[in-house]
Amino acid sequence: MLKFERFGLGIAKGLAVTFRYLLRHPTVTQYPEQRLNVSRRIRGAELVWSREKCTGCATCAKACPQGAIEIVTATNLVNNKYEVQTYRVDTGYCIQCGLCVEACPYDAVFMGYSFERAKYRRGDVIQANDELLESASRPVSGYYHPDIAEKLPEQTLLIEKIVEKRK
Amino acid sequence: MAVLDFAMNNSLPMQAVPPDWPGGYWWHWLFFTVVLIVFILTMVLGVIYIERRLLGRMQSRLGPNRTGPFGLLQAVADAVKVLLKENIVPSAADRVVHWLAPVVAFAPVLILMAVVPFQDGALLADLNIGVLYVVAISSVTTVGVFMAGWGSSNKYSLLGAMRTVAAVVSYEIPLVLSIIGVVLLAGSLSLNSIVLAQDIPFILLQPLGFFLFFTAGCAEINRSPFDLMEADSELVAGFHTEYSGMKFAMFYLVEYAEAIAMAAIITTLFLGGWRGPLLPPWLWFILKVVIVFFVMVWTRTTLPRVRIDQLMALAWKFLFPLALINLFVTAIQVLAWPDALPWIMVVINFAIMGVLVLAWSRFFKLGWGRVKV
Repeated sequence: MLKFERFGLGIAKGLAVTFRYLLRHPTVTQYPEQRLNVSRRIRGAELVWSREKCTGCATCAKACPQGAIEIVTATNLVNNKYEVQTYRVDTGYCIQCGLCVEACPYDAVFMGYSFERAKYRRGDVIQANDELLESASRPVSGYYHPDIAEKLPEQTLLIEKIVEKRK
Repeated sequence: MAVLDFAMNNSLPMQAVPPDWPGGYWWHWLFFTVVLIVFILTMVLGVIYIERRLLGRMQSRLGPNRTGPFGLLQAVADAVKVLLKENIVPSAADRVVHWLAPVVAFAPVLILMAVVPFQDGALLADLNIGVLYVVAISSVTTVGVFMAGWGSSNKYSLLGAMRTVAAVVSYEIPLVLSIIGVVLLAGSLSLNSIVLAQDIPFILLQPLGFFLFFTAGCAEINRSPFDLMEADSELVAGFHTEYSGMKFAMFYLVEYAEAIAMAAIITTLFLGGWRGPLLPPWLWFILKVVIVFFVMVWTRTTLPRVRIDQLMALAWKFLFPLALINLFVTAIQVLAWPDALPWIMVVINFAIMGVLVLAWSRFFKLGWGRVKV
């Protein structure tokens, strides 16, 4: 029996596929103007640290495979309390593995939700203390924290862009 | 006397000057030269935009959309960029050949357009051997490409150029043989007369001829899937690897100008040239050129690049015998049933095309050319 795929039908099928793609919405987002929602559990750029919850146990520093977390603690004799003096992260070394977040026994470290945290100077990459706190420009990701993930917007998938109406 | 009678009675347009043209030959020459150059350059800009957008959309991308409205000025921006770039000539290059190659490659494309009619009689020179002229001139570009490959003194350039020559030498034969079918039907070698003879477009009377001409034409101008000479995954950029600045721009221009010229010739020979209802003839012509170019882009984005042995096998084992058979079949039809109803011939010819393509695909095999010693 003739297999018509070998006699030009295959080429015709291929041409039909490309023509369908021509009429379809392209699966691209024009980045700076249009943005997609990233995964709610993204291990994004820059660690977020909570000063209130942190006890200075340094479990995160031990868990970090890169040795990017530096933590200095001291006993405050006036208040008779053990407190963190410096919490410094070299985000340039950070490989976004999330081990510190998983290791923290007091839920004091979080992965960042943002991904556009490029710096103009190399020194800016090393962040310490107040720079590491959660803020509007440094939101917290839901990684390893399902309660936070629930409140974040649903991730957009590229497949939705195809069926989306053309603008 | 008989020859003279023939010339008088058939009123073949032997002279290019339309009778009501003011100023005579040189004004005609000047006007159409300017029109052709402007036509080629603007069409190249438009066609680059069309190709990039269509390629993008067919690959689920957007294509250039930043420069100007809808990215229309992208080709202009590219042209400005490439013209302002430094001109680098390799130290080992054959300087004269290297310098001359882009000109040799580009000139034939402009010369080629001289015989393509934009509407009845609106062409630079209505040669009565137009088709022969087209066939002869279109091969000259290859000399420019080979000069570029040779003059660059670069192995990739030379490999690309050798591939081009191999491809063009092979594909010239089915290309010419499939034109002869059209010439037999029209009874003339003049492109203007061929257009006038197409009461129904020859693509319907010569479907196989069109198929062969389109395939061989794509190979001739080295468009994908036959773009072996610039196979960028193998040969950097092929023959123009060592070119930069304006000379590179010239080769870029040649690539698209050739595509336009080939589309224009396909339009003239098979799609009825400038003929069409309602719209003015020149607009029909440009429209058909763009449609042919669209099909070229379509096949380019769909089909993967062929190997060099597949390229040769397709030319010699598939296109060449089919072109010969097509020529004989057309000759028999023209001789035996010159007054047959055209629509019956359309059906017969499409049937013949289907049977032949199926049969030859069955015979088609790669290899089998090696002799064991």
